[in-house]
Amino acid sequence: MAKPPNFKFDTLSLHAGQRPDPTTGARATPIYQSASFVFPDTDYAVGLFNIERAGHVYSRLSNPTNAVLEERIAALENAVGGIATASGQAAMHLAIATIVGSGEHIVSSRSIYGGTHNLLAYTLPRFGIETTFVDPRDPNAFKNALQENTRLVFGEILGNPGLEVLNVPVISEIAHSAGIPLLVDATFATPYLCKPIDFGADLVMHSATKFLSGHGVVIGGLLVDGGTFDWEASGKFTTLSEPYAGFHNLNFAEEFGPAAFITRARKEGLRDFGACMSPTTAFQILQGMETLPLRMQKHVENTKKVAEFLLEREEVDWLNHPMLESHPDHELAKTLLPKGCGAVFSFGIKGGREAGIKFIESLDIFSHLANIGDAKSLVIHPASTTHHRMDAEALKNAGISEGLIRLSIGLEDSSDLIADLKQALRASQK
Amino acid sequence: MYFEVNSLKTYCSNGSGKLDPTQKSVVFIHGAGFDHTTFVLASRYFARQNYNVYAIDLPAHGNSSGDPLESIEMMSDWLYTALNQLGVENTALVGHSMGSLISLQFASDHSKMLRSMALVGTSIPMPVSDPLLNAAKENSHDAFDMANTWSHSKAAQLGGNENPGISMMMSGQRLYERSKTNVLYADLNACNNFTNSKELARNVATETLIIVGDQDQMTTPVKALEVASIISDCRTLRLNPCGHAMFAEQPNAVLDGLISIV
Repeated sequence: MAKPPNFKFDTLSLHAGQRPDPTTGARATPIYQSASFVFPDTDYAVGLFNIERAGHVYSRLSNPTNAVLEERIAALENAVGGIATASGQAAMHLAIATIVGSGEHIVSSRSIYGGTHNLLAYTLPRFGIETTFVDPRDPNAFKNALQENTRLVFGEILGNPGLEVLNVPVISEIAHSAGIPLLVDATFATPYLCKPIDFGADLVMHSATKFLSGHGVVIGGLLVDGGTFDWEASGKFTTLSEPYAGFHNLNFAEEFGPAAFITRARKEGLRDFGACMSPTTAFQILQGMETLPLRMQKHVENTKKVAEFLLEREEVDWLNHPMLESHPDHELAKTLLPKGCGAVFSFGIKGGREAGIKFIESLDIFSHLANIGDAKSLVIHPASTTHHRMDAEALKNAGISEGLIRLSIGLEDSSDLIADLKQALRASQK
Repeated sequence: MYFEVNSLKTYCSNGSGKLDPTQKSVVFIHGAGFDHTTFVLASRYFARQNYNVYAIDLPAHGNSSGDPLESIEMMSDWLYTALNQLGVENTALVGHSMGSLISLQFASDHSKMLRSMALVGTSIPMPVSDPLLNAAKENSHDAFDMANTWSHSKAAQLGGNENPGISMMMSGQRLYERSKTNVLYADLNACNNFTNSKELARNVATETLIIVGDQDQMTTPVKALEVASIISDCRTLRLNPCGHAMFAEQPNAVLDGLISIV
């Protein structure tokens, strides 16, 4: 007899975490826009506070609409649980704050989102947490950077801006050998293109603002726990394996087993730091996730067509995408991201900073803004915007050339996108 | 807490509660391949109500050492030794799935030690299908997939957990994946070979509650209700929609049922 059938990705994208509303029969997930929830009686209330009863108390801690989103991302990522947060940065902070404390250390890929770099390089040291940044393509660099006090290894599934593919099987093995979990930011891929937990990651975070939503109308983050890391065996995570006075001496690893991390993250992290998601935001992200498989297919198809066009253009110096055989991680990408490597990539325009500015200002369909993963195509020229204070030398040190253009390819007709790029490329050289 | 049974390190959760010999006890026994974490919510409830809670990991399960026991009878004997070691003279006993068979055997052998009993997801006999048994014997991951999928109602396979943000399916899957080599097979084989259970059930005089999942594919409602018809002092609680993983699928209703019997 074959294995019993489980629901597939497309079905889970639409249904996971939700049942028709038992009171009204509503098919769509209702927005439970309520700060708090009524207790049937005092004993039940205590039961909810003390994790004896399942249910909701106060929307900072949990909310029925958010819970649907949390279960849905958990189902899509093969995780034991998820938490919706106010932003991707909040998800990142929640992951760190749950298991890393003052005097401890993180090893991070150096090719990461600028906001995450700021958090790790400048903000967390103020709280006694140091980070060593390493080349994401060099597993030995991760290994050599591990210290006795290291508590987390971090990387993005597709690095920023180089689109380095994080070798999750190898890096997770290195982390696990030291008794440390691997956290992966999978925002660029979404679980449709890659499920890092299946390859050895322990924790995954997303900026749900991006492809998961697709519509670009909300800010939100998601953190999931694979339930695969043995916190007790590691012996390095006292927040999970020793009694917690802040919750009546609850030992999360002993009592919750595979769900220890995500339970502590909710019961402490959401409770105390409070970076929760609005239920209306959760609803809007859910609307996007219902069409995630369809959208990601189109994102990938359009990206391929646009990249092929750009590679033929004389105004283009170079183009960087793991789907190209010339990319150093092309073979690894075929293993980890077989359905495609996402819709964000960079190319270099001839003529440097000036040409970049002309190109950007000549585009009609592409929107010039600081975001990715919208259904609409987006563009940014770092040298004239996010990194405008840097001179050519400083940009080079950051891995950014003056002519670097980052595109996030949307869902428009690809011929319209290509036509827009064509006229802007011509304009850039005048 | 850790204690020793037959010189082997054994774990049981006390639900973050304290132990007091003057208070009543409740003992939880998990199912095949599982451990004490099945009962985390209920354990914490009864601990707060000042019960002495013992959610015990059988040998080779969860945090307990040793090898898996080969038969339900051996597990019941082991439980008797464990309770003696813990100083438990009288208790309510809650058994889930394989734990319900252990509870039945225990109730037959040591009825004076029991105040009451809850069998959650039970069947007599409890045959295990050949594909599942064979996959477990080979320590194939397929065994986890089968057991986990069949343990959840169709509704639960899509989610909608009362416990916010937690995937019932993946929580079950990870628990199976944590089980040690050969443990699931040993457990399922013990269930499969426990064939004199109807006779035992007739001997049970302990007040009993049987909790039935109307979509339980592992221990079907028909079989569970048959057990209820045999035990003399028995009532049932039916949950719908609910599969075999009742502590995950309907934790609040299960707890309410347990409150009524413990």
